[in-house]
Amino acid sequence: MAATTHDNAHGHDDHHDHDHKPGFVARWLFSTNHKDIGTLYLIFAVIGGVVGGALSMIMRAQLQFPNSHIVTSGQEWNTIVTSHGLLMIFFSVMPALIGGFGNWFIPLMIGAPDMAFPRLNNISFWLLPPAFVLICIGLVMGESGSGWTLYPPLSNSTYESGMGMDCTLFALHLAGASSLLGSMNFITTIFNMRAPGMTLHKMPLFIWAELVTAFLLVLSVPVLAGAITMLICDRNFGTAFFDPTGGGDPVLFQHLFWFFGHPEVYIMILPGFGIVSHVISTFSRKPIFGYLGMVYAMVGIGVVGFVVWAHHMYLSGIDIDTRAYFMGATMVIAVPTGIKIFSWIATMWGGSISFETPMLWAVGFLFVFTLGGVTGVVCANAGIDYMIHNTYYVIAHFHYVLSLGAVFSIFCGIYYWFGKMSGRQYPEFWGRVHFWMTFVGVNLTFFPQHFLGLSGMPRRYPDYPNAFAGWNYVSSIGAYISGVAMLVFLYVCYRTLTSKEKVADNPWGEGATTLEWTQTSPPAFHTYLELPRIK
Amino acid sequence: MRNRGNVVIASAFVAVMLGMVGLSFAAVPLYRLFCAATGFGGTPKIGGLNAPGGNGETIKVRFNADTNPGLPWKFGPVQRNVVLPLGEDQLAFYTATNLANTPVTGMALYNVTPEKAAKYFHKTACFCFEQQTLQPNQTMEFPISYWVDPAIAKDPATRDVKEITLSYTFFRSMEDAARAGALAKAGPHTAGQTNVRAN
Repeated sequence: MAATTHDNAHGHDDHHDHDHKPGFVARWLFSTNHKDIGTLYLIFAVIGGVVGGALSMIMRAQLQFPNSHIVTSGQEWNTIVTSHGLLMIFFSVMPALIGGFGNWFIPLMIGAPDMAFPRLNNISFWLLPPAFVLICIGLVMGESGSGWTLYPPLSNSTYESGMGMDCTLFALHLAGASSLLGSMNFITTIFNMRAPGMTLHKMPLFIWAELVTAFLLVLSVPVLAGAITMLICDRNFGTAFFDPTGGGDPVLFQHLFWFFGHPEVYIMILPGFGIVSHVISTFSRKPIFGYLGMVYAMVGIGVVGFVVWAHHMYLSGIDIDTRAYFMGATMVIAVPTGIKIFSWIATMWGGSISFETPMLWAVGFLFVFTLGGVTGVVCANAGIDYMIHNTYYVIAHFHYVLSLGAVFSIFCGIYYWFGKMSGRQYPEFWGRVHFWMTFVGVNLTFFPQHFLGLSGMPRRYPDYPNAFAGWNYVSSIGAYISGVAMLVFLYVCYRTLTSKEKVADNPWGEGATTLEWTQTSPPAFHTYLELPRIK
Repeated sequence: MRNRGNVVIASAFVAVMLGMVGLSFAAVPLYRLFCAATGFGGTPKIGGLNAPGGNGETIKVRFNADTNPGLPWKFGPVQRNVVLPLGEDQLAFYTATNLANTPVTGMALYNVTPEKAAKYFHKTACFCFEQQTLQPNQTMEFPISYWVDPAIAKDPATRDVKEITLSYTFFRSMEDAARAGALAKAGPHTAGQTNVRAN
């Protein structure tokens, strides 16, 4: 919490009275300050990530050798798989990229004093800890082994009769409500509270990214809420939405889930796009290449993201014309994504680049995200997907875009803004160690999983034939390296927060042009008492 | 002024969220309608038109039957397959025997494969349109009246179809299952199902 302990001594005497901070309980539990709530979200995301990461260490330990018995049963394994997925998505990546950086930097970057609905912001955050507890109950009880996709009949009362599954479902309700309130707040803030002169087409790319993300949340999360409500009713109240016995259809759940689930993957990556854009522009000391193209690429990804969901369902019995459509629509998304990748490269081209830690993460992001994007196009082919559906190839694909792509962008943002948020300098050497260990570790973990998938190793099994032993061993070693890298990150946090070295208002120099760099580091408790004017 | 604007935007988005929740529930009947209208997922055409008469071309129809383990019935087709003229009404029979000592109510779900042929497969009458009850140890023949549209031979997407499989899966009706106690205790077929979470 020392991260935001402010030093009032340096020069905003003119509004000293407004910078009065409430006591600990009022400040952190009843917080309505966007910076404090952002900090809470970031701490929460680190906790979620550590717990979810610990689960992946257990999984890789189990899979390190064939015929291991660290995980004692298939049900236990499935529960770990489920919780790992849900924790990482809803309790690590989303709180960091949306709640954390969104709350911290939307007001700072658009020149607003705070979010539009500060108290709603407080509820958004405090819905998450109980949801987290509920997920953990499902995990500890070992009763939520449906996979994060929650497909019935795996998740219905016949196959998951315990209360743990209901806890997991209700946790998603709470997390969904949290995201919805948050996104409503973001949209209102961005539409109504921009500084005078900041038109939509002058907004920083990170703000555009959060805006598109908020729209995706508003349109997709209610569908998940509806599907989960139906599932809970099927489990507990005798309805038959997804039960063929009563005339329901389990495939309907898949449609509803993926109508949410596909936009969800863009929800996790778009804010990362925003962060990476700023970092690449800052450290290349050039404005971002093709600003409008970047903006409308994100909008395009968001729109097309809603009409591609059934590419997760090629094997659910949909007919060939439908598969052809979803295949085509999915591949179309490669176009705006390509525009972004090439614009980032063009931004770096001819720039005076320096490779501080944030830039390392940004370039690392480009590498892993492009790799994951390419395998995404492979998976999009309905014919090929018939072979690789539910294999480790798919695991490798989505970990390259999310576990590597989105997470690299989170670390990118943390190093970029750590000085701004805490007012203290992170240790550059340990930042680099963190990056290189993570980069080597995650690639060693996930690249061999392409080979495992192509040779037919299915996901969601705690064991495998001896033929798969070699690459699984390599993959586990990689996972341990990235696990140690996470400890290095915690050490970096400790070193930064206890550092005596203060950071200048704008430590990154001429490349950092957005409004947050005009504020002190850390920013005053209340910022923009006088609105900045954008020319 | 600004506050009013905030409330307007927030209200609009609350409305959108509620609308999306509503739409996800509306998806349940819409999904059924969509399947019925387009033949999606192998949903055949129900009721409606009489058979138009054909041009002498024929097609083979196979009959498949499955029984959910929760339903203590022996259920199967009387004829394995037939070759029938396109566009003409046909009658086929299934037979079911209740193996339990109590009356049991079942409901059959159906589809047609290949799925693309479903929109040309018309059922005019079928035992699957409503629930069926069999008394203890009773055996009953269930008729289906159906015809296949001759257009199937002209449509470039379906003219390669020479054989259609008509499939039924009989489930115990939920009310009946609730009456009889847990679904899993319904009959002799359930031996493998009682302990599905065995590790």
